[in-house]
Amino acid sequence: MITLASPDQPTLEDFGSDVWWIVLIKIVGVFVVLVVMTLFAIVFERKVVSRMQQRIGPNRVGPRGYLQSLADGLKLAFKEDIMPALADKPVYFLAPVIAAVPAFLAFSVIPMGPTVSIFGERTPLQLTDAPIGVLVVLACSAMGVYGIVLAGWASGSTYPLLGGLRSAAQMVSYEIAMGLSIVAVFLYAGSMSTSEIVAAQADGNEVSFFGWEFTGPSWFAVLLPVSFVIYAIAVVGETNRAPFDLPEAESELVGGFHTEYSSLKFALFFLAEYINMVTVSALAATLFLGGWRAPWPLSIWDGANSGWWPMLWFFLKVVAALFVFIWLRGTLPRLRYDQFMRFGWKVLVPTALVWILAVATMRTVSREADLSTGQVALFVGVPIALVVLGGLAIASRASNRDTRLMAEEAAAGAVHAVDPEPEVLAPAGPRRRPAQRTGPSRAEGGFPIPPMDLRVPPSPRLRRAEPVGAATRGEGGVVATGRRGSTRTEVGPTDSTEDGDV
Amino acid sequence: MSVLAAAADTGVSLGTGEAVVFWVLAPVALAGALGMVFSRNAVHSALWLVNTMLVLGVFYVVQEAPFLGAVQIIVYTGAIMILFLFVLMLVGRDSSDSVVETLRGQRVAAIVLGVGFAGLAGTGIARATQDLGATGLADAQPDGNIEAIAELLFTRYLLAFEVTSALLITAAVGAMVLAHIEREPGTRQTQKELSRARFLTTDRPQTYPGPGVFARANSVAAPALLPDGRLAEDSFATGIDPQEVDQMPRPTGREQLGSPDHQLGTQDGSSGGGALR
Repeated sequence: MITLASPDQPTLEDFGSDVWWIVLIKIVGVFVVLVVMTLFAIVFERKVVSRMQQRIGPNRVGPRGYLQSLADGLKLAFKEDIMPALADKPVYFLAPVIAAVPAFLAFSVIPMGPTVSIFGERTPLQLTDAPIGVLVVLACSAMGVYGIVLAGWASGSTYPLLGGLRSAAQMVSYEIAMGLSIVAVFLYAGSMSTSEIVAAQADGNEVSFFGWEFTGPSWFAVLLPVSFVIYAIAVVGETNRAPFDLPEAESELVGGFHTEYSSLKFALFFLAEYINMVTVSALAATLFLGGWRAPWPLSIWDGANSGWWPMLWFFLKVVAALFVFIWLRGTLPRLRYDQFMRFGWKVLVPTALVWILAVATMRTVSREADLSTGQVALFVGVPIALVVLGGLAIASRASNRDTRLMAEEAAAGAVHAVDPEPEVLAPAGPRRRPAQRTGPSRAEGGFPIPPMDLRVPPSPRLRRAEPVGAATRGEGGVVATGRRGSTRTEVGPTDSTEDGDV
Repeated sequence: MSVLAAAADTGVSLGTGEAVVFWVLAPVALAGALGMVFSRNAVHSALWLVNTMLVLGVFYVVQEAPFLGAVQIIVYTGAIMILFLFVLMLVGRDSSDSVVETLRGQRVAAIVLGVGFAGLAGTGIARATQDLGATGLADAQPDGNIEAIAELLFTRYLLAFEVTSALLITAAVGAMVLAHIEREPGTRQTQKELSRARFLTTDRPQTYPGPGVFARANSVAAPALLPDGRLAEDSFATGIDPQEVDQMPRPTGREQLGSPDHQLGTQDGSSGGGALR
C-alpha cells in the first residue's frame, strides 16, 4: 500500500539512527520554528484581522510593523509577576508549564520535508517518528488540557474556575471528534505514522471516468472531505479559538482561565495557544493536504519534492491553514455554550462515526471488487459525502425552524413592542433602564450598589484578615468563619467605621 | 525481587537505555502513588495520580508497546483524569480531607489490609509467572506492535472486546439515567429561550459599549466617548452617576475652533452634540 514515490521519502526505518548532534540540531530547529511561527502568527493575525475590520493594524515596530509581537513579548517578560493570595501556589506555578511543554512536544512528529543532507549526514527533516506518530500529537493535546484546567482551578477566583470548567468539557468533547476524524485517514493510509501518511498521499489516483482517464488528486482532504471538515471544526474547538473560545470569552469571563495570570506565566499560555494552532495546522497539512509534497502545478517540476524546497511548500500550507483560523475569528461570533456542546456531541461525533462506517465500507468494496482507490472514492465516496452534508444541512435547518421563522417575523415587523405578549419568555434579571443624560440614580430604584467612596473591607476568606465585628458579638469574641483553621480568639478594637451597622 | 530473579533466570537482561529510564522514572511513579495517598487536597491527589499514569505510559513505550503507551496517556490521563478533575473542581477547592477518624482503628485496618492485599497479589503474580518462558518481542509481534494488537483484538478476543464495550456503554447510560432530572418543559428557561427573548424583546441584543476609543479612563463610572467627543449614553452604568474624565487638550477641538457650523457659517443656534463640555 505504501508506495515509495522517491528515494527521498523517509520510512520508519530511517528514524532513530541519527548522530547525537543531528538530533540536537533538529530539536533546536523545531524549537526555533515554533517560536518564530508564534511571533509571526501573532502579527499575522493582528494584521489580517485589522484588514478585515477596515483598520491598518500594527505598523510602528520594525519594518511595516512586523516586529510588533517581538516587542510585545519583551514587554510581557518585564511585567510584574502577580501571585494571587488565594492561589494554590504549586499548581498555579505548574499550570503554564504544563500547558506549554506538550505544545512543543507535539511538533516533534510533524514531517517538514524529505531526506536531506545536513553537514554530510542523510537524515529526514523530522525530529522523530513512530508507528503511532499521530497518536503522539493526540496525547500531547490531551496533556495540554491540564494546563488550562489547573490554571483555572489554582487561581482561586470565580471567573478562572468557570473558564477552567468550560475548557475541560470543551476540549474533552472536541478531542473525541478530532480523533474520530483522523481514523478515516488511518484506514486509507494504512498507518498511523506521519511520514507514511505523507507517503500515502504521494501519487495521484488513476481514475477512469466513463472512458476518460485522468489522474485525480491524492490529498486526503479530497478523498475524505467529511473527515477534513470535521477535523477543521474540531481543532478550532480543541485550540480554544474563536468562534469556540468559550474558556476565555472576554465578554463573559474577563479572561477565563488566565484572568489571574501575568508576566511570563501569561506569556507561556499565549505561547501554548499559538503553538497549538501551528501544530494543528501542520497536522492538517500532513494528514489532509499532502504534507510537504508540492501541490499539483509545482509537482510537475521534478526537483519540487527533493532537497529543501518541500519545507517551503509545507510552511505555505501551514500559513494557509493559519489564515483560515484567523478568518474564522474575524468572521464568526462566539457560539453560545449550549449550541457549542450540542454541535460537538450531536453533530460532529455522530457524523464522524457514520463517515468512518462509510469509509470502511469503501475500503472493503475496493479490496473485494478490485477497484482503484480513486474510482471507489469518486463513485461511492463523493455521493456519500454529498448525502451526509446534505442531510446535515436539512437537519440543521429543521432544528432551527422556530428561531428562523420568529426572526423573519420580527424582521418583517410582526412582533412589535406594543404587542401585549410576544411568543417568547421574558428576559430574566434586572434590565438596564433607558439611559439618561445624568444616568439613573439609586433613589429611583436602580441596582443597589455600594457608594463610590466605599472602603473595601478585607476579604473574610483570607486567613490573615481581621474578622469583622469580632468584638461586638460579645460571646468571648470567637467567630467561626466556616473555614477550618481560621477560628480566631482575638478580641480587639475593630475599626467601627467599617462595621457600623453591627 | 522475584521479577528480577525471573528475568535473570531466563537470561533476559535490560538494555542500558531501558535500565536508565526505569531507574529514573520508577521513583517518580512511586512518589506519585504515595503522594496520591498522602495528599490532603483532592486535586493534588488527582495530580499525583496523573503523574503516575504518565510514567506508566512512558514505561509501556519503552517496553516496545507504543500503542498501549499512547492509549494510556490519551484515555487515562487525558480523558478520565480530566473528568475526575472536573468533578473535583465542582466540589470546591477548599474541601480537603478530614483527619478525623470516623471509625475507630479504621486507618490501621486499612493499612494492614492494603499491605496484605498487595503482598497476596504480588506473590500470586510472581508464582504464576515464575516458570513462564518469555516469547520475546520479535516472535510475539512480528509485524509490529499495532498490527499484533489489532489481530488479537479482532480475532481471539473479539467477544471480550465487544462485551466490555457494551458494559461501558451500559454503565454510562445508567449513570445518565440515574443523574438526570426530568423537568417540566417550560419551568426553566434554557439558554436558547433566554437569548431568543433578548433578541426579540429588547432594542439592544448586543453588549453595551465599553469605555470607548477616545476615553481616558476605563472605570465603570466613566462613560464611553463617541468619535465627536459626546458621551455615549448607552454606556452609562446602572446606578452610578457618570463621571467625566479630564480630556486631553485638543488644539483642533471645538474650544479652539468653535463649532463646525460656526466655521461653515451655517449658524442656526442648535449645534449638534451639545453634550461636549
